[in-house]
Amino acid sequence: MQSVRVYLVPALFAVSVMLVLHPANAASVDNGKAAFVAHGCWQCHGFEGQGSVTTSGGRVIADTQLPADAFSAYVRKPSGAMPPFSAAILSDADLADIYAYLEARPKPQAGKDIPLLNP
Amino acid sequence: MPKKDASLKLNRRRFLTAAAVAGASGAVNPAKAANPAEPQQRLPSALPPNAHIAAAETGVPDIPPYAGEGQPGSDFMVDVIKTLDIKYLPANPASSYRAIHESLINYGKNTMPEFLTCTHEEVGVGIAHGYYKIANKPLMTLCHGTVGLMHATMNIYDAFCDRAPVIVLAGNDLDAAHRPPGVPTVHSAQDINAIVRDYTKWDDTPVSAQHFAQSFVRAYQIATTPPFAPVVISLDDGLATEPVRDYGQKLYIPKFVPTAAPAGEQGAVREAARLLVNAEHPVIVADRAVNTEKGIALLVQLAELLQAPVVRQRGRLNIPNTHYLSRPATVIPQADVILGLELTDYWDTVNKFVDNNAEGVGTNSSRIKPDTKLISISTLQLMTKSNYQEFQRFQSVDVPIAGDVEATLPSLIEAVKYALTDDRKNVAAQRGQAIRKDHDKGRDGTRQAAAIAWDASPISTARLCMELYAQIKDFDWSLVPSSGDVSGWPLRLWAMDKHYHWTGTSGGYGVGWGCPASVGGALANRDEGRFSVSIQSDGDLMYVPGALWTAARHKIPMLSVMHNNRGYHQEVMHVQRLSNFRNRLANTGNDLGPIGTSIMNPDIEYHKLAESMGWWAKGPIKDPAELGPAIKEAIAVVKSGQPALLNVWTQPR
Repeated sequence: MQSVRVYLVPALFAVSVMLVLHPANAASVDNGKAAFVAHGCWQCHGFEGQGSVTTSGGRVIADTQLPADAFSAYVRKPSGAMPPFSAAILSDADLADIYAYLEARPKPQAGKDIPLLNP
Repeated sequence: MPKKDASLKLNRRRFLTAAAVAGASGAVNPAKAANPAEPQQRLPSALPPNAHIAAAETGVPDIPPYAGEGQPGSDFMVDVIKTLDIKYLPANPASSYRAIHESLINYGKNTMPEFLTCTHEEVGVGIAHGYYKIANKPLMTLCHGTVGLMHATMNIYDAFCDRAPVIVLAGNDLDAAHRPPGVPTVHSAQDINAIVRDYTKWDDTPVSAQHFAQSFVRAYQIATTPPFAPVVISLDDGLATEPVRDYGQKLYIPKFVPTAAPAGEQGAVREAARLLVNAEHPVIVADRAVNTEKGIALLVQLAELLQAPVVRQRGRLNIPNTHYLSRPATVIPQADVILGLELTDYWDTVNKFVDNNAEGVGTNSSRIKPDTKLISISTLQLMTKSNYQEFQRFQSVDVPIAGDVEATLPSLIEAVKYALTDDRKNVAAQRGQAIRKDHDKGRDGTRQAAAIAWDASPISTARLCMELYAQIKDFDWSLVPSSGDVSGWPLRLWAMDKHYHWTGTSGGYGVGWGCPASVGGALANRDEGRFSVSIQSDGDLMYVPGALWTAARHKIPMLSVMHNNRGYHQEVMHVQRLSNFRNRLANTGNDLGPIGTSIMNPDIEYHKLAESMGWWAKGPIKDPAELGPAIKEAIAVVKSGQPALLNVWTQPR
């Protein structure tokens, strides 16, 4: 899943890498979105992975900085209030696609640059 | 209702009156009781006179003319009610209280109180509860016999849990031999108050006009003495319908004098001050602590003296959220002394429960250090009801002080001032500087969290709240009591420094409270010329949507912005959790959430629902770019005196 993190790829190769990865990546992201909804991840984390202080302890999973393997390990055996998602109900492939979907979430603007957040 | 046999009625009334007198501790001299309380000798005090003392010293005996012998009993009841400062009476009409209804609108000229037509008893109680939170004054409501009081129960429970005074009169007809058969008898009970006795502070069943006068004034006094809570009085149809009989003793209306709120015992207060002053990391946690500008100012004064962070729980505003000492619960683990002010749940404040296994047992852990000293100022110990479990788990506290927070704060402040040496003042000042830096950092982090999913559809709750705030912030605004759980964004990002900016949650978390409570809050704000806004959740609105009609009917302007996540979202998450714990894929059918938890297929067109009841409304709004212009339109409508609703599709939380 690290391959989708195109921002890590040197700029000279970025365009060609994206061309190669884009079809599979898009499918993965689309499937990840469907799996994110079907498995109820949106319920506590929001459709964009933005989280909530009342349902995810404020944890944001959009563009998570967790590596894919750490992300998967947490989903399988979480600590705290999150319920576990075993392989019996969430396949490794779907979990990987969910990760791709979250990594593909657009980066937010800086809060200081949004006028409504600076009343 | 067929006319009853007058001689039998008289006999019944004589019998009941005799029983009441026999049950009293002693005969009352009506003439003496009609006069104000004897002036009480004041004890020396450094504190200014409270409301009780001021009223006792300056009050003028005021015995209004009232209905006498031969007039309907309900006319005299209206006389009694009018001696108290009860402005409105939101209620659903009912035959069991038709006599007092007629007296209120004709004999009483429908003022003080003014009857507000409600479509459900739960609406009447919810409006009274919401009104109190803003106005700090109780309203009364009337409920039909048995079934009407049954309808009202959930919101009475919410008011009880939230320590809100509501005066409930419940219609009934005690006389089984003379009441009409059929429905009126089905709607009668031998002890009608029983259904709400476990979650009201006091109740009575008056059996004479004089008994009613005493009980109503007593009920008002009890309800408005901390801990505040609802009270209920059974209103006998015979007593209200039949002519007043004074049996040769002139009827009187007892004078109401506010009771001085219970303040904490001085020795315990001094010990609390000693612990707080000598702490390295004192933390104040405030829940349902203060709901007046004076109370807020006192709490700020205490916090600033100690330079102690204040964790605002969600019961009341307590301290302006703009104040640098307003801090999140993450400061609690660092505390060596915690002062808990009217906490709903002290246990959960210093411990943590995680619902994280299939058996539902969960795990418990402490949030604090083992030697952290705990102080409590609370009226919880003054409540003695035990059936319903709103008092939460028991938490042992080192210095428990029974008393009202606002009444106790002046002496605690004085004790802290006395205990503060120059050394401790320096320590406090250094602590304050560090807290100020943390506060600024925390605000930046909150703003950044709000930026995530800013352009998402459905609309993020942060975007919803900030689009709204941008257009009301320059008004004298009030976020009225309402139900929408929007991740606390208003408390985190709106500038709140008045008690009516935030007045807390329902108390009992009964769904169906939010809509009527918001109307009640807006009613109180209307009289002050304030702009009312509510954040209305979808599930809550569908319980008693008729509250919308009451707002339109009585011209109560307010802007209701919906947090429509199309589901009973708490339950969405609960069923999902259990599915996961049991290693099962949650069955969502054709919905987004597990079967039975979504409100979709079809989607409810709340804007049309509101329009049908006289509101200006618009929706569904799904594109965040459309939200700001829609709010602008709605505000113009509200400014013209009409309620307006925006149906906004939102992210789940």
